[in-house]
Amino acid sequence: MQKILLLLKINNMKYISYLFFSVVLFASCKEKKQKAAELPSDSIFNLTSNWKNQNNDSLQLKKLQGKTLVVVMIYTSCKSACPILVSKMKNIESKISRNDINNVSLVLVSIDPKTDTPQRLKEFAKDNKMDAPQWMFLTSNEGATQEFANVLSMKYKKISPIEFSHSNIISVFNANGELVSQEEGAIDVDKVAKTVHETVQNS
Amino acid sequence: MKVLNCFKILFIVLLFSCNKKNDELQVNSTDVTKSNSNTIHTISTDVKMVYIPGGEYKPFYGSDAVLTKVEPFLIDERAVTNSEFLAFVKANPKWKKSNIKKIYADSTYLRDWQSDTELPKNAKPDAPVCFVSWFAAKAFAQSVGKRLPTLDEWEFVAMADEVSANARTKSDYSDNIINLYLQKNRQYNQVKQSKPNYWGVYNVFDLIWEWTDDFNSVLTTNDSRTGQYEDKSLFCAGSATSSTDILNYAAFMRFALRTSLKANYTIANLGFRCAKDTVIIKNK
Repeated sequence: MQKILLLLKINNMKYISYLFFSVVLFASCKEKKQKAAELPSDSIFNLTSNWKNQNNDSLQLKKLQGKTLVVVMIYTSCKSACPILVSKMKNIESKISRNDINNVSLVLVSIDPKTDTPQRLKEFAKDNKMDAPQWMFLTSNEGATQEFANVLSMKYKKISPIEFSHSNIISVFNANGELVSQEEGAIDVDKVAKTVHETVQNS
Repeated sequence: MKVLNCFKILFIVLLFSCNKKNDELQVNSTDVTKSNSNTIHTISTDVKMVYIPGGEYKPFYGSDAVLTKVEPFLIDERAVTNSEFLAFVKANPKWKKSNIKKIYADSTYLRDWQSDTELPKNAKPDAPVCFVSWFAAKAFAQSVGKRLPTLDEWEFVAMADEVSANARTKSDYSDNIINLYLQKNRQYNQVKQSKPNYWGVYNVFDLIWEWTDDFNSVLTTNDSRTGQYEDKSLFCAGSATSSTDILNYAAFMRFALRTSLKANYTIANLGFRCAKDTVIIKNK
């Protein structure tokens, strides 16, 4: 009788352990599936161009996945429109709630890769007090820059060795790299900040 | 005991299916990295390239005084054809109709193709390929070791008529082009059926509109340093004051199209031809 009871107990334990492992296995299976989910077809993270940030780290845009992105294209030697764009970015940053800020990257992409080396971007970031971790400066080569500008539907033209004409666009992307909104021209910073907040909440 | 066996089976099935799924996922993810990679497989085409000596030319937009220098270059004598683009997508599955990422081309990419590797019904293999985005055109050019012509290069070639390099001043130059532009469905015709221009370049106006590398350099926004690129000067009567060539209505049409394009747009009569740098300086 006792032997039978013991056997039952062992069986019970086996039963429980099988059940337990099954559950674990099932859960891990599910998790893996989520991780490997493909990027949306219109995500900017599909771009395979190589960039450098202000710390001279090499990266692809995919590296920015997971955060809400506020993106603008500028060049650091710009005297006219870019300072306004930069101050708008700072203004937007200041309006983002500190609860959200860890989930946001503010990205400034150079349209003048020849001049804007990582070192120069680093100095620019420092001079403009944009050296907190949420700020990201990117530079690449002419081809990648042109491709990225076209992804943003941004127009630009080199009008002299040190001057570019370009459209003023601030774009917001969600954590999967899909375009949420674009503001062009006279940019309403409150509107952008609100969009950023909503995008963080939704992701 | 029965229950235990049941669980044993469940466990094994689950383990197996999970493994299988992981395998599939692995395959998927290698697919993803494959299609994500920048590698473009080369194809070869037999298109002849024409040498253009370049020179200074007056861009359609800008102040009268500014002449733009165009360096010598090579340009395809004709547009890229349906059959060439088919060879390209066969070699580069990433650019097949069913694989294309929305970021690279909108929903009408290769619209009328019957499948990934079948041209539209009744399409001529030698007709120019259309419904291709700027990204796709760039990738094709890369696959044949070339690039897209710049806007200045394209317009430089477009100044010619059949007998002269610069026919802009001729009164019938623009009229003739406009007449060509007005013909419908001309994109379905084969390339090289009409006379080439002065340089030996075919179908500059009579079949399709063409992508240029820097189509997005026509500015219509408010960061305009010179005041000549604003919307109002491009589209309203005011344009006559900043355009260098007020009778060149055909060029107006091209610039209007370019400003309205986005790089992932695909359009029924928009195709492209390729160009290439050259170091050879020929005497013409």
